[in-house]
Amino acid sequence: MSDLRDLYQEVILEHSKAPRNFHGLADANHKAEGFNPLCGDQFTVYLHMDGDTVRDISFQGSGCAISKASASMMTQIVKGKSRAEAEKLFARFHGLVTGEDPSKSGEDLGKLAVFSGVSEYPARVKCATLAWHTLQAALEGQREATLPDEE
Amino acid sequence: MTTAARHFGTHLHAPGPQPAPLDIEKIRADFPILRQEVHGKPLVYLDNAATSQKPRAVIDAIVRYYETSNANIHRGVHYLSEHATEQHDAARRTVQQFLNAHSANEIVFVRGTTEAINLVAQTYGRVHIGAGDEVLITGMEHHSDIVPWQLLCGEKDAKLCVAPINDDGELLIDEFADLIGPRTKLVAVTHVSNALGTINPIRKIIELAHQRNVPVLVDGAQAVPHIKVDVQDLDCDFYAFSGHKIYGPTGIGVLYGKAALLNAMPPYQGGGDMIASVTFEKSTYNKVPYKFEAGTPDIAGAIGLGAALRYVSEIGIDRIAAHEHDVLEYAIAEVSRIPGVRLVGTAGQKAGVLSFLYEDVHPHDIGTILDREGIAIRTGHHCSQPVMRRFNIPATARASFALYNTREEVDALVRGIEKVGEVFA
Repeated sequence: MSDLRDLYQEVILEHSKAPRNFHGLADANHKAEGFNPLCGDQFTVYLHMDGDTVRDISFQGSGCAISKASASMMTQIVKGKSRAEAEKLFARFHGLVTGEDPSKSGEDLGKLAVFSGVSEYPARVKCATLAWHTLQAALEGQREATLPDEE
Repeated sequence: MTTAARHFGTHLHAPGPQPAPLDIEKIRADFPILRQEVHGKPLVYLDNAATSQKPRAVIDAIVRYYETSNANIHRGVHYLSEHATEQHDAARRTVQQFLNAHSANEIVFVRGTTEAINLVAQTYGRVHIGAGDEVLITGMEHHSDIVPWQLLCGEKDAKLCVAPINDDGELLIDEFADLIGPRTKLVAVTHVSNALGTINPIRKIIELAHQRNVPVLVDGAQAVPHIKVDVQDLDCDFYAFSGHKIYGPTGIGVLYGKAALLNAMPPYQGGGDMIASVTFEKSTYNKVPYKFEAGTPDIAGAIGLGAALRYVSEIGIDRIAAHEHDVLEYAIAEVSRIPGVRLVGTAGQKAGVLSFLYEDVHPHDIGTILDREGIAIRTGHHCSQPVMRRFNIPATARASFALYNTREEVDALVRGIEKVGEVFA
C-alpha cells in the first residue's frame, strides 16, 4: 500500500472527489479542449484573461483521479498568475511528473509537489499533464490541445 | 506423446458430453511468461482479450524455423526455400482444418483481423458497394469493424447502418432484421464482443442476411480462442481472426473467404507473389489465396500460428471453452458480490470478458492499483468508443480470460478490487 500512497496521496484523492473550479465560465474569453485518445479522458479548460493575467479559470470534463486532481489543483495555483508564470509552472510540473527534475522534490511547486509519485508510474504521466496541455492550448488561443507522443 | 495426451492421459479419447477438465498446472507450465512476478506478486494475467500469452510450443516453432528453415518461400529451388514453403503451406492447412474450411485456398494470411476487414472493404467492398448502398454493422463493433466501412462508405457515398443493442449488451435481432433492406450489400458483425463479451447469435444473423442474399463478414477475433468455429457449418462468407489472441504470434492473422467470392475479388495490394506475369503494359494475377498476399509474408508468424492452433486443437476447444466458462461464471458471481461493482455487458451468452465499474473510481485508477498487485487488466474504451457511449460511460475496467486462468486468479482479482476500495475509501 505504501507505494500506492505515493501516487494516491490524500490531497490528490480529496481533489479528485471534490474538484475545485469544476464548472463552466460565463465570461471566458479563452477555451480549449484536451482529449487523451488512449484512455478517453477529456477536459475543457476555460480562461478569463485580463490582458496577460489569468483573472479566472475553471474546467469541466471527465477523467481518472490523477487527471482530475491535477486539473483541480492547476486551476487553484494558476488563478491570478501571468501567462509567463503559468507556463513556467507547467514546465516545472512537467519536469516533476516525468522525473526529469533532478531534485524530484518539487519544493518550488508548493502543493503541486504531491504529484511527485507520478514519475514512478510512466503510464500515468499523461493523466497528470492533460489539463496543463489544455491550459497551454487555451493560453495560445487554440481550441484543442495537442498531446505529445512521448512524455 | 502429444501435448494434449500429456495433459489428459487416457481422458483424451473419453466419450461423453462433458469434456474432461483441464490439468491447469500442466497447462500453465506450458506458458513461460506466467512464471514471473510483477511488483513482487505472482503475475495474474487477465488481459487476454488484448493479447494472449504464448505457449512454449509456439515460441519453439518460431525459433526452430529461424534456426533451421529460414528462407523465402515460393521462390527458390534450394533446400531451405522448399522446406520453408512446405511449412508455410502446412500452416495454411492447419488453419483450414481449424476453421473447417472447404479448401486451404480459402485461407488468406494477413496481419490480423484489422487487415482482414480492410482487405474485404477495399476489394469486395469497392466492387459491390456503390452510391446509396448500405453496409450493416452492430452497435457493439470494435473500431476495426467500423472505420474500414466508414472509409468505404465515405468514398462511395454509401451508408453505414448500425443495428442497436440492449442494456445487457445483446443485439436486438428484430431491429437487425428490419435493417436489412434492398440496398444492404454487406453485413459485418462481431462474433464475440471485445468490450462486453456478448456472444452474438451468429447463425441466426447469417441466416437472416442470406434470406435476403446479403453476404456476411464475421469478426472472429474474440471468438476463435473461446468457442468452436466451423465456417462451413456457419455458412459465413468471410471470417476474420488474429493469431495473437489465440496463443499465436502478433503480426499474423487470417481472412477466410468462400472460394467463389475470393476468386471474383480484385487484388488488395500489388507486388511480388501475387502475380502470374508482369509486363509494363499489364499484369495477370496469381490464383487465390496468393492474389491477396503481395510481398514476402510473415512466414515465421504463419508457422507460429499453425503451432498455436495445433496446441489448442490437441487440448480441445470444447475443453477450453468449458474451463473458461467455469472461470468466467465464477468471476461474474464473485466480482458482482463486491458492493459498489457494476458489470457492463450482462448478456445471457458470454465468452471471455468481464467488464466492470467500481464505485465512482475511474477504471485507470483501478488498473494502476491492480497492477501493483501483479494483476494485468485492460482499462479504457477497448477500441469500442460507440459501446462506451451506448452505456454513457467513458471507460470500463476489463478482465478477460484464457485457458490458463484459474478461480484462484479470480480470487486475487476480487482482493485487488477490495484494495481499490481501501485506497479510495
